[in-house]
Formats: sequence, C-alpha cells, structure tokens
Amino acid sequence: MQTALSIAMDAFAYGMALFIICIGLSLTMGLMRVVNLAHGAFAMIGGYIASYVARDLGLGYGFAILLAMIGTVLIALPLERLLYRRIYDRSELSQVLMTIGITFCVIGITNYIFGPTLKTIPLPTGLAHPIDLGFRSIAGHRLFVIASGLVVAGGLWFLIERTGFGIHLRAAVENVAMARALGIRTEIIYAASFALAIALSAFGGVVGAEFLPIEPYYALRYMVTFLVVVSVGGAGSIGGALAACLLLGAIDVTGRYLMPEFGNFFFYLAVILVVCTFPRGLMGRARSHG
Amino acid sequence: MAEATIRSAAASRPGPLLRDLLGLGLIALGGLAGYLLFPDNLAFLTRLISVALLVLSLDLIVGYCGIASLGQAALYGAGAYTAGIACLNGVTEPFLLVLIGAAAGAMTGLLMGAVMLRAHGLPQLVLSIALVQLLHEAANKASWLTGGSDGLSGMVPAPLFGVFEFDLWGRSAYLFGLGLLLVVFAVLRLVVRSPFGMLCRGLKEDPLRISALGIYAFPVLLKMFVISGAVAGTGGALAAIATQVVGLDSVSFELSANALVMLVLGGIGHLYGALVGTVIFMALEHVVAAANPFHWMTLVGAVLIAIVLFAPRGLSGSLDQLAGLLTRQGGRAGR
Repeated sequence: MQTALSIAMDAFAYGMALFIICIGLSLTMGLMRVVNLAHGAFAMIGGYIASYVARDLGLGYGFAILLAMIGTVLIALPLERLLYRRIYDRSELSQVLMTIGITFCVIGITNYIFGPTLKTIPLPTGLAHPIDLGFRSIAGHRLFVIASGLVVAGGLWFLIERTGFGIHLRAAVENVAMARALGIRTEIIYAASFALAIALSAFGGVVGAEFLPIEPYYALRYMVTFLVVVSVGGAGSIGGALAACLLLGAIDVTGRYLMPEFGNFFFYLAVILVVCTFPRGLMGRARSHG
Repeated sequence: MAEATIRSAAASRPGPLLRDLLGLGLIALGGLAGYLLFPDNLAFLTRLISVALLVLSLDLIVGYCGIASLGQAALYGAGAYTAGIACLNGVTEPFLLVLIGAAAGAMTGLLMGAVMLRAHGLPQLVLSIALVQLLHEAANKASWLTGGSDGLSGMVPAPLFGVFEFDLWGRSAYLFGLGLLLVVFAVLRLVVRSPFGMLCRGLKEDPLRISALGIYAFPVLLKMFVISGAVAGTGGALAAIATQVVGLDSVSFELSANALVMLVLGGIGHLYGALVGTVIFMALEHVVAAANPFHWMTLVGAVLIAIVLFAPRGLSGSLDQLAGLLTRQGGRAGR
C-alpha cells in the first residue's frame, strides 16, 4: 500500500512536469500547425539558464525560473522570425527536419559554451524537505510541480477559451485570411503564442529538472518523449495533453518501479496501442490538418 | 515547365537502360577508387555501404511513397540481428546470411507497414518512432538472444565462395558489400521505374486521384514497405557479416534520424541522392565528429536548416535545378 501510494504520487508529479513542458508543444502543433521537435531544446536552454543563475550567480529559485523563462523567450523570438515563420505552411517533413536541425545546433552551442556536464538546479530549502500532509509526507518539490501543473492548465484554458486574445488566436487558426481581413494581426498573435509556448517549456524544463535532469543531450533524449505525449493526447487540446501526460507518466513510473529491466518497453507499447486506436490522439480536434 | 523538362530530357539524354548502366558503372568505379585510395579505412567504407543500403531503403518509403518515417533502423536492426543470430547458430554461408537478413527485414517491414499505414501525418511519424524504440527495448531485454547492451559478437562467417576470408583487413567484406550494393541498386532502379513504382509515386503526388482510378492504396504501400525492409535488412546483414558485431545502436532512433538526414542531404526521391547523401554525411562525420562531437552536431543542424530553407530537394535536386536552369538559359540564348 505504501509503495502503491508513493508510486502514485511520483507518477502524478512526473505527469504534471511532463504536462508543463508538453502543453506548449501541443499548442504550437495543434494551433499553429508546426511540428516543433526543438521544443525540448528550449526546455534545455531554460534549464541551463536556471542552473547558471541559481548555482553560479547564487540567486534564488524564483529568480532562476523567471530569468530562465525570459532568457529562453529572448533567444526563441528571433528564431521564430527568421526560421519558424518560413515553415508554418510547409510539409511536416520540412518542419521535422528544420526543427531537428535547430535542436542539433542548440545542443552543440550550449555544450560549447557551458561544457558537457550534468547541470543541477539547487532547490530552495522550503521545497527540498518533505511536507507532512497528515496521512503521509511527500517531497515539497513534488507538491510544487503538481500545483504549478494545475495552475498552468487552468490558466491556459482561461486564456484560450475566455479572453480576447484566445478568440483572436482561435480565429487565426481557423482561417488566417479571414482573421486578417477582420483586422487581427495574425503575425503578432502567432509570435505571442509561440513565446508563450516557449516560456512554458522553459518553466517546465526548470521545475521538471528533478525528473528529467538537465544534461548535454537533454533536447535529443526527451524529444521523442515530448512528441509522443503530444501526439497521444491530441495536438492542441489541453485536456488531451493532461490525460496523456498522466496516463503515460503513470505507465512510465510504474514500469520503472516494478520492472526496471524493461526500460521504456511498456511506454512505447502503450503509445502504439493508443495511436492505433485513436489516430487523432485521445482528445484530438476533429478537423483535419491544413 | 514540367513538359519542357520532359521534352528536353527525351531529346538530349540517352536511353534509360544505358543511363542505368552508366550509373552502375560510376558507382562501381567510385567503390573501387575507395578501395584503392583508402586501403586502411576499408572497415569504415564497408559500414558506409551498409548505411547506404539503409538510406536507399528509406528513400523507397519517404521519397517514392511520401511516408515520413523516423524508425527505419528497425528494419536494418532486424536484418542485422537475425543474420548475426543465424551465424552464431551455424549458418555461416555469407550469401545465405544476407538472404536471411533480407527476409527478416522484409517481415519486419510487413509488420511496420501494417501498423504505420493505419495513421497519417504526424501520428504516423510517432508510430514509426514508437516502433523502433519498442524493438530497441525488446533487443535490450532479450539479452539471452541478442546479447543485450553488450551486443552480439563472435560471429565467424564462412569464407566468400569458400576462398576469400573475412579477415582483419576487410578487403573481401568491402568488395562483397560493393557487389551487394550494385545488385540492390540495379534491382531498385527497375522497381522504381516499373508500373508499381510509378503507382507509388502517384500515391505520393495525388492519393485522391489514384483512389479515384479504383486503386486501393494499402496493399501497394505495404508492398513497398516489404521491399524497403528487404533492402534495409540486407544492409543490416552486411554490417553483421563485415564487423562481426551487432550492437543496440543498429536498431535505434538516432540511426533512423541520421539516415533521414543523409537522405534529405542527398535529395529525397532520387536513388542517386541517397548514395550521395550517405557518402557526404558519413565522410564528414568521420572527420569532424572525431575532432569534437558537439561541433559535429552544430554543423549537421546548420546544414539541415540550410537545406530546408534553400534547397528543399537536396543536393541532387539542386543540381538538377541548376542544370535545368543552365540548359533553359542556353536554349533561350540560342533562340
């Protein structure tokens, strides 16, 4: 029972960390129709910045998160203007190739600058210790990740479904030409959503560093995981991404606890089964691509 | 413009059969030049040929059927492992081993096609990745059969034709590989020019129109998956015979992604492009990655970005375009 509970808590926290990183990718893929395999690379940049700020400059954890998000967005925006904007309406293969190329460049350059070692992000004392919940105590960091995940999910849902920006974004996704004709500046909308997705990935990279350690090949190692999660959930759906992260996180963590020698076997088996049964993902949007 | 290209092609170029013979001759010449120029690097060159077979097989799926796959190494690894296991269990005749590898690749291709063709677009890509990862984990887990993370080793293939041994220098392995490549390439030229190959191209260009002609796409594409699997399996078996080691990296996402990069570099939808891309990529990797792996990644990344932006049809496609441009300008000047 104790094991089951601790596995469940770990799985839940891991799923939430995945969710924070992947929801940005889900947005770029579902709403902007870009298969951004470089998403993990931006999470990695966020992690490196946070590690530099927290460990080498000695600033607080909150500062590290904030600076990581701002720094990553500042790096990503020129890329959006120069590179991504040219592949918005190209084939999936071009998008995959371009973003794999960006990932390789990011890995090569960050390791050239920061050196090929594992980067740690020191946790503040409040999060490093276990917190007593009454029936059992769990690591404060796990609680923080779960809470952040819920806040992100709720905030995004509100932003997309209930605000003017969300309406403009959905209009631009639905029909770019018509949205432009109605005076919506779609380029700014796209850039803003891209920045939002990148900021979330940096945030997720930092808070999820306990589960997915920041290391030289981070962007490549988890590229497939992120892509798979989004595709299982159905691109562009917040609920779908949440469901996929929790499901796959649970399968992954349980498999690692109970049958570590199988590695990711069950994870990918589940992926194949889900994608074959729901080709559009668990809660994919019904309309077709393009 | 397309019509003009076809007309000029018909007028100026020699017949297709002659062209193929010329191409095969060029490949053989290049291979022999490699043999004479780099006698100390034959092991690397043999590996290059085996990867070239993998890239050719990927071209059949990506370039001729329009199905993006990031899991092609599953087929390659299946061939490599099966040939290796067969060799350890007493089947040592190299030609038979290659046939076994090709058959295993074809079987895996059948399976992979049956799964991948259920989806389209991005889910299809994800399925290909999931399949190769699944095989990777399975090969890692079944260590009693595959050697797990240590890899499979200790294969001793019988001498070629009973005479030429697979020795440390790798001369016979290299020439064996070159011969295989030539045969496979010749067969593939015939395949892609056959009505079946044309049908696959049609399905890539305009699936709706082909289905309106009354053709059911699934078995056609599945057949191409099987052929592609046989080619990839041949490459894997060649690697197993030549290096006498089969590692987990032969069935990995990284190898699949690298194969796609090589194909794109050379040009999608050209068999020659697949070869050119492999040679350039692997030669560069051999030189640069040995110096600094991270510089190598930056370089590959930059090249990929540049190709997508400036040369979407790869090097061979760009050369074609350039040649087309020159001949057109020449024609205009003549007029």
